Amino acid sequence: MSDTPNAASPEFTSLTEHVAPLAAEGHVLHAAFVKNEPVLVLAEGEIVIGERRVAPHRDSGILVAACDRDGIYTGGDDGKIIRTLASGESETLAHEKGKWIDALCVKGDAVAWATGKTVSARDGKGQIKSTVMATTPQGLCFLPKGYRLVIGQYGGVALWFPNVDAAAEKLEWKGAHIDVTVSPDGRFIVTSMQENALHGWRFADKKDMRMTGYPSKTRCFSWSHDGEWLATSGADAAIVWPFQDKDGPMGKAPKELGVRSSKVSSVAFHPKALVVAIGYEDSCVLMCRFTDAAELLVRRASRMDGKISAMAWDEAGRRLLFGTEGGAAGILTLP
Amino acid sequence: MSDKIPVTVLTGYLGAGKTTLLNRILTEEHGKKYAVIVNEFGEVGIDNDLVVGADEEVFEMNNGCICCTVRGDLIRIIENLMKRRGKFDAIIVETTGLADPAPVAQTFFVDEDLSARSRLDAVVTVVDAKWLADRLKDAPEAKNQIAFADVILINKTDLVSEEALAQVEKQIRALNPYAKLHRTVKSNIELDKVLGRNAFDLDRILDIAPDFLDESGAHHHHDDEMQSVSFTAGEVDPDKFMPWINEFTQVEGPKILRSKGILAFKDEPRRFVFQGVHMILDGDLQRPWRDGEKRQSKIVFIGRALDRDAIKKGFEACLV
Ligand SMILES: [Zn+2]
Repeated sequence: MSDTPNAASPEFTSLTEHVAPLAAEGHVLHAAFVKNEPVLVLAEGEIVIGERRVAPHRDSGILVAACDRDGIYTGGDDGKIIRTLASGESETLAHEKGKWIDALCVKGDAVAWATGKTVSARDGKGQIKSTVMATTPQGLCFLPKGYRLVIGQYGGVALWFPNVDAAAEKLEWKGAHIDVTVSPDGRFIVTSMQENALHGWRFADKKDMRMTGYPSKTRCFSWSHDGEWLATSGADAAIVWPFQDKDGPMGKAPKELGVRSSKVSSVAFHPKALVVAIGYEDSCVLMCRFTDAAELLVRRASRMDGKISAMAWDEAGRRLLFGTEGGAAGILTLP
Repeated sequence: MSDKIPVTVLTGYLGAGKTTLLNRILTEEHGKKYAVIVNEFGEVGIDNDLVVGADEEVFEMNNGCICCTVRGDLIRIIENLMKRRGKFDAIIVETTGLADPAPVAQTFFVDEDLSARSRLDAVVTVVDAKWLADRLKDAPEAKNQIAFADVILINKTDLVSEEALAQVEKQIRALNPYAKLHRTVKSNIELDKVLGRNAFDLDRILDIAPDFLDESGAHHHHDDEMQSVSFTAGEVDPDKFMPWINEFTQVEGPKILRSKGILAFKDEPRRFVFQGVHMILDGDLQRPWRDGEKRQSKIVFIGRALDRDAIKKGFEACLV
């Protein structure tokens, strides 16, 4: 295990001089580029868009957020689902009075969210459909094809077509499933679990996949641009599972990138190259190249800033945005 | 002590006075802000954006054991609350009258993310002085809530006679000899007797039950089904005790509601303190034994159908 990268050591290349700090001043929940503007969503309720700050949930906190190219979707402890545009204008899409929004995901102009045992989906026309699950949904993700949602919950995942009047199809696996992700080609569904493991299903035949060995829970996933790799948080390195062939990672060892003595809390694959940005609990950020595991330092560790809680690349792969639980943030512009 | 957010678990049967206590905590001037996780949304008549409803969803852990359960909803809600931790000083979890407190407590030992940020402060149970005897007959949950408690409020004492009250206390003591008992009317009590108790802090197990080490010899309270079993002895061999306690709690875990112990390990200047919920154990070496302090060991189990003789035999085999 290597120590904290030392920027003074000659063999270690640093990009820190290309990082501009941003004052988030609050727990960064989510980072994204929307209309090319860097966006930080803060748990206390504010959204930082470039130079401006807006608070669409007013005095309420934001619990969950997701972005697409054009908009920022947030779910708050005021029960509101709000879309905010890069201009700062916002629109309330739904209001679940008196409830907390527990999970949220977007795809195209559709958004889905969960509160209590109810999952709702709103299509681009504004039509909202809801379904009540047997156990509380924890994670949500749209499948890439069609208007269909994967719902992670206790005992497995459910696949729900909001526009079809039929019960959700279940893929069962014992235990509590937390977050859900689907490979970009839709071939694999992967969940993180309460007991520090990942579970996967091959969509075609629902074959199970177990991915274990984590010392803590995985709470961040990132697929490579070609969809062949899945980077995950939860260990003292980014654990990257191979999904090239039809069996996914079964029988194969994952790659471990950026091994340090602090746990990985956030991962973000570059949108065009096999390079992954890795954020740690001590707020260090590294960039690792896949082919030779070469590491570049983006941010030095600073425990007082809290763990890296969100990262995002811009579409061109030129800028990397990151933020911490303690309210520090920065933007790297590649030279 | 630490910057972990303290979490108080408030249990009790419907109508015992739990909601009254909660409302007092939320409205009285004490300079502290509480985030409250309630079981039935709307029961607390207070408009507070830090009051959130929970669905009491119990997750089994993957070892297939029926006693190894956690509250999935708590993990999620507290994780979300922690993102706004500047807004409150402590958390209160209210459970329904039907809830088993064990999964709530276990959640704080089992979930690493949660235990890194929050700590269980105490389990507080409110009972109705008039109706407790009936509840103990017809509701196993009521027994669990008493056996599990660190602090018990015997409420509505104005509605029963002194003799009846003494009888209620006796019944409670049979189930749980170590909890702090308070007699109250309309849940009226100084809040520092309920909040900030540090009952799960290994370092403070003695402060909570000052007579914990006082009694000599074996001690045994019981009702027909649930009992507490305790043994006191001299020095213990850790190489024998640790495997024994691990094995014992693994096998008997479903029957054990709570366990506590202070051990004088041979050649060890510090006291070893442990506590457990079902089969989940938490233990550590704490402060040194003081000069003149008697180096003795004591273990306590509260549970159902515990085999007293087997425990005695097992514990005695660990003695130096
Ligand atoms: Zn168990």
